[in-house]
Amino acid sequence: MTMMNKSEAIEVSGLTKRFGQVTAVDSVTFSIHQGELFGFLGPNGAGKTTTINILTGLARPDAGEIHISGIDCTVNPKAAQHLIGVVPDESNLYPELTGLENLCFCASLYGMRKKPRQSRARELLDTFGLTEAAGRKFAGYSRGMKRKLVIAAGIIHNPKILFLDEPTTGIDVASARQIRQLIADLNGAGTTIFLTTHYIEEAERLCQRIAFIVRGRIVRIDAVEDMMRLTEGRHVVQFAVSNNVAGLCEQVAAEFPNLQCHAVTGGGIRVESSEPVRVGPLVRLLEDHGAEVSEARKVRPSLEDVFVEVTGIEAGAMKQEKEKAKKGGGA
Amino acid sequence: MKAWIAFWNILAKDIRSYYLKPPNISWGLIFPLAWAAMFFIRSGSGLDSIRALLPGVIGVSVLFGTTSLLSVTVTFEKKGRSFERLLLAPIPLELLMLAKTGGAILFGIANAFVPMIMASFLTDLTGVNWLTLLPAVILIAVSSTFLGLFIAVSVSEVFEAQTFSNFFRFPMLFLCGLFFPIEQLPIWLRPLSYVLPLTYGADILHESFDGAASLPVWLDLLVLAGFCMGLFLLSLHNIKRKWIM
Ligand SMILES: Nc1ncnc2c1ncn2[C@@H]1O[C@H](COP(=O)(O)OP(=O)(O)O)[C@@H](O)[C@H]1O
Ligand SMILES: [Mg+2]
Repeated sequence: MTMMNKSEAIEVSGLTKRFGQVTAVDSVTFSIHQGELFGFLGPNGAGKTTTINILTGLARPDAGEIHISGIDCTVNPKAAQHLIGVVPDESNLYPELTGLENLCFCASLYGMRKKPRQSRARELLDTFGLTEAAGRKFAGYSRGMKRKLVIAAGIIHNPKILFLDEPTTGIDVASARQIRQLIADLNGAGTTIFLTTHYIEEAERLCQRIAFIVRGRIVRIDAVEDMMRLTEGRHVVQFAVSNNVAGLCEQVAAEFPNLQCHAVTGGGIRVESSEPVRVGPLVRLLEDHGAEVSEARKVRPSLEDVFVEVTGIEAGAMKQEKEKAKKGGGA
Repeated sequence: MKAWIAFWNILAKDIRSYYLKPPNISWGLIFPLAWAAMFFIRSGSGLDSIRALLPGVIGVSVLFGTTSLLSVTVTFEKKGRSFERLLLAPIPLELLMLAKTGGAILFGIANAFVPMIMASFLTDLTGVNWLTLLPAVILIAVSSTFLGLFIAVSVSEVFEAQTFSNFFRFPMLFLCGLFFPIEQLPIWLRPLSYVLPLTYGADILHESFDGAASLPVWLDLLVLAGFCMGLFLLSLHNIKRKWIM
């Protein structure tokens, strides 16, 4: 038995989940403080959804302990379900019900009576700008509207702890921005939030603490400021290249072994070093290899750089993976 | 109290979304009627044979009424992931599954009255033992529903659930003594009859209409209740094992 801190919102130790040969979650240990916005950041298949499923009672762990708000949920995952709200990565509302009916139904699952659930549902529809769609069937909603209604359904009973599984993946920019603002507001009002994402910038902007999860393991867990401290003394220069030339990074790495280089989505490369980067020789090298360098810019190191350094995963690779997932997901 | 608000709303939603939809209502009406007409014509006898057919028709109505929509309310919602929302709700799994099956049970009971009401216009129903008929109808509805539930949670696709449930339902029409006595079955088929809950329900129905039961009614009721408990617990076990992975 490990000592569990009763005042933590979520306390997890040694959590493990296997699916046949795959260890989806591998000895994961972390705790989330009351009122904190905690981010789980990792590529597709890292084990984020599986972790949420276990914590919310949709899956059973093979090993580990879970306490939610001091309640031991290891044996009985239902014990803390009244305290939590869950926004899954895919819609789980009823297509044949209207927006309003869906919200009222979800509220009833938490024991809310008719009057309070109707007024709460209308209030949330208003918050999300869905009042006009309240009487329309959920099946006819756009992607962004669906996601907003699923979030509304997740918070209809004012949960103390909210789980959000990739809330902004695969929807339009305006809706995503609105949702991010809402997440910040909810957290500002005191809700503890567990957010999974593979958008590094989103995690950096929203979260107070972040865990990097790769292949089921937490490789680093820290406050965002402390993560950023890792980048102190790092110098980053980004080169925009207007034509498409393959293998630039390999050329740079061969010529300047003390520079770390990786490709940037949308063309160009990003060069990192512990010493100030001399731009001139680099531009010459790039142009010698047929690249048209349109810009060279010193950039402030970001969480992305920390992520790449800590996990060894190219941030660009993560983005491409997610674009693929989005396209594969269909309209 | 809170759990009961959830219970009632899950049940009410299913009734509204599934059981009160016109196509489903008419299916519940047409099937038993067609079935009754077939036997009526085949037997070639007069209106007085209606009473003899009634136990079988009631049994069929309940069986088909309860099982026809379970694969939708359970398997289909599991596929569409809305079932996850129910599993996330802070209510015991037992209560959740009672709510999900309650609609089917009520629908089955209501279906039993359709042939009875129609028969009451055509023939004399005096002397029917309502004290045994009512519990029989209720227990047949509950046991058929839980059999359907058991099937629904044993498969993962809606079409599998439907195929599999027909695999059970159609033989039951002949094996359970609804329209002709089990004694007329080949001897090697008879053990099969006694592992199907409807056999015991049909026995009470015959007792209620013409005092022609082959087992004591209390034993029939006991066995039926046992089937209900057993199938429900088995289904819960399967849900916990297969759906909460
Ligand atoms: N039900 C399941 N059966 C088998 N493997 C699964 C199942 N759910 C998840 N996995 C596997 O577990 C790993 C983690 O998946 P998941 O938690 O969905 O990752 P993420 O949400 O981070 O993208 C993946 O390799 C995935 O294929
Ligand atoms: Mg996921």
